[in-house]
Amino acid sequence: MSDLVQSTPARVPTGAPKERYFRRFTREQRYLHAVLFSTFLGLAATGLPMRFSESFWARKFAAGVGGFGAILFFHKLCALVLTVAFLIHVKDIFTRGIINREKGIFWGPTSMVGNWKDVKDLFGHLRWFLGLGPKPQFERYAYWEKFDYWAVFWGMIVIGFSGYAMWFAPFFAHFLPGWALNAVLVIHSEEGLLAILFIFSIHFVNTHLRPDTFPMDMVVFTGVESEEEFKHKRPLEYERMVKSGKVLTRIGEKAPTWLVNFSRVVGTVAIVIGLTLLVLTLSAYFS
Amino acid sequence: MKRLGSEIVAALFCLIVFACAPVSRAQTDCLACHSDATLQDAQGHSVGVDGQKFNASVHGALGCNACHADITSYPHPDKVAPVECKTCHADQADQLKTSVHADGKDHPCTSCHGDAHQIFPKADSRSAVYPLNVPKTCGQCHSNNGMAGKHGLPSVYPNYIDSIHGFALSKEGLLVAANCQSCHGSHKILSRTDPRSSTFKANIPKTCGTCHAKIDDDYENGVHGKAIAAGKMAAPVCTDCHTAHAILQPTESAFRMQSTPICGNCHKDKFSTYRDTFHSQLGSLGGYVETARCWDCHGAHHVLPTADPDSPVNKANLVKTCGKCHAGANASFVQYQPHANARDRKLNPALYFVRLFMNLLLASVLTFFLIHTILWLIRQRYNQLRNRANGGQKNV
Repeated sequence: MSDLVQSTPARVPTGAPKERYFRRFTREQRYLHAVLFSTFLGLAATGLPMRFSESFWARKFAAGVGGFGAILFFHKLCALVLTVAFLIHVKDIFTRGIINREKGIFWGPTSMVGNWKDVKDLFGHLRWFLGLGPKPQFERYAYWEKFDYWAVFWGMIVIGFSGYAMWFAPFFAHFLPGWALNAVLVIHSEEGLLAILFIFSIHFVNTHLRPDTFPMDMVVFTGVESEEEFKHKRPLEYERMVKSGKVLTRIGEKAPTWLVNFSRVVGTVAIVIGLTLLVLTLSAYFS
Repeated sequence: MKRLGSEIVAALFCLIVFACAPVSRAQTDCLACHSDATLQDAQGHSVGVDGQKFNASVHGALGCNACHADITSYPHPDKVAPVECKTCHADQADQLKTSVHADGKDHPCTSCHGDAHQIFPKADSRSAVYPLNVPKTCGQCHSNNGMAGKHGLPSVYPNYIDSIHGFALSKEGLLVAANCQSCHGSHKILSRTDPRSSTFKANIPKTCGTCHAKIDDDYENGVHGKAIAAGKMAAPVCTDCHTAHAILQPTESAFRMQSTPICGNCHKDKFSTYRDTFHSQLGSLGGYVETARCWDCHGAHHVLPTADPDSPVNKANLVKTCGKCHAGANASFVQYQPHANARDRKLNPALYFVRLFMNLLLASVLTFFLIHTILWLIRQRYNQLRNRANGGQKNV
């Protein structure tokens, strides 16, 4: 894309002979993602046999992990771990945004909150898909990344609440109407299904499997990306960093080989499990 | 008792008749030849008799020609008439004639009672029809590859012997445990399609009720018992759920797994809505027996209409019924509908719209992003190939 290269701002002062790496995610954020995807895989793998309990693989799978009691146990265990991770994240946002009044949490280019530029980027991106316009320049978080984030955020509240309402139904019955006890299963299973289908098809492809990043984007595992990737994927953020002179504060170390290899194995396993579950889900859904 | 009485009278009659017969021969005369165990007739059948064992048998006091009546002198003809047990046992012979075993080609009596010269009273543990020996005796034919198999009948012996009845009988030696003839009778065994048969559908509750009196009483007063009594044969009887021979333990997951669809055979709409619930989703995976099946809420034998105040699913009893599993169930909790239909707008409007909203959300999000992702993939691949053709980098 020659137009893209031309629009890239002046390069940072050269002199470093090696390729430079920039930090995108903190250690805490990477761990959060790891906990999120492992528990999500666990929840999906134990939730799907319940949702499609009539399908040919559900019983085999349930028997494989030790019968139905075991499936429900692991489902609840993963749910608890994920709930704790979610609460830690919310507390972190609260502390940084409200207590410490850190800038860029709730608005601005580094915020996860959507803005007008995201709407413009979405339509611009669609135009670019069809060859009707230039490729939009993305900031720190692109609109689909924000959607992923809020889908998970909303999903956790909805699935979590409906899940706990079923787990502790007699308690929730104190303040929920009778029909709500019926509704929570519908909500839980449909929202769960949406999350599974979305993550295992859309998120996997958008973030990991598309030609730009194939087979997976390592940045969420290693926390760093090369200068070339940074400039290419998030030109506006790079430009902003350079302009404000803060780009050097983001310089990180290239990830050690063991971490890259380890992440490749873990990531591949996660993607394979996810795609397997996707196939099983679709086969059960359409049979 | 009546039958036993008639047997004794018949036996006494035979004794008197043959004892008075002028040409009666002592057993010893016959045993002079027939005590040789290797003795065979022209067809090669063994005609040896163990005198001692015969003497100990129920017929031991009888002379040989009490049964072999056509032999009156020695030497006797090569061909002798078959023994007619009905000469004395007329009642049993008559019953047998009307039964499913009437056309048996083998000697009908010895097939079950064993060696003709070693027949014991059925209370004697040496008897082939002693309660603990009955299953084995019937199993000679009603087992794998037996006579029953040739007639296209199911192999019932293995099912029975592994059942709670078979276990009680074979392992514990419980004489009261149901054996074959407890349910089927002995001489007058009729096909289950015959309305006079003890295993005819309408008669099964009474047959099982011979031992399970309390459950029979519950059943007869429940909706299914009343339906059967009214001639509505679609209603289930004991064997529809418990099966006739295998009789699974109702607490075992195998039974719980297989029996819910049995109720669903008739209660189709209720079964369909039940399958939408968490109870069913959990339950159909097996190995987890704690979720509610039909009878956990509705009762198993004494099933009553919901409107009946004694029904466990009557509104007044729901807190107690749900509370069996859900500790802390309260009046609000029991408003949960175990048969709610999310597809029925009139019956469950709130649920209907929740489902509609969730489905629309799912469909719209996935459709939009599917198109978005596919277009993106095509565009990136196109750029990548173009860049490569221009000798550029992999990334677009």
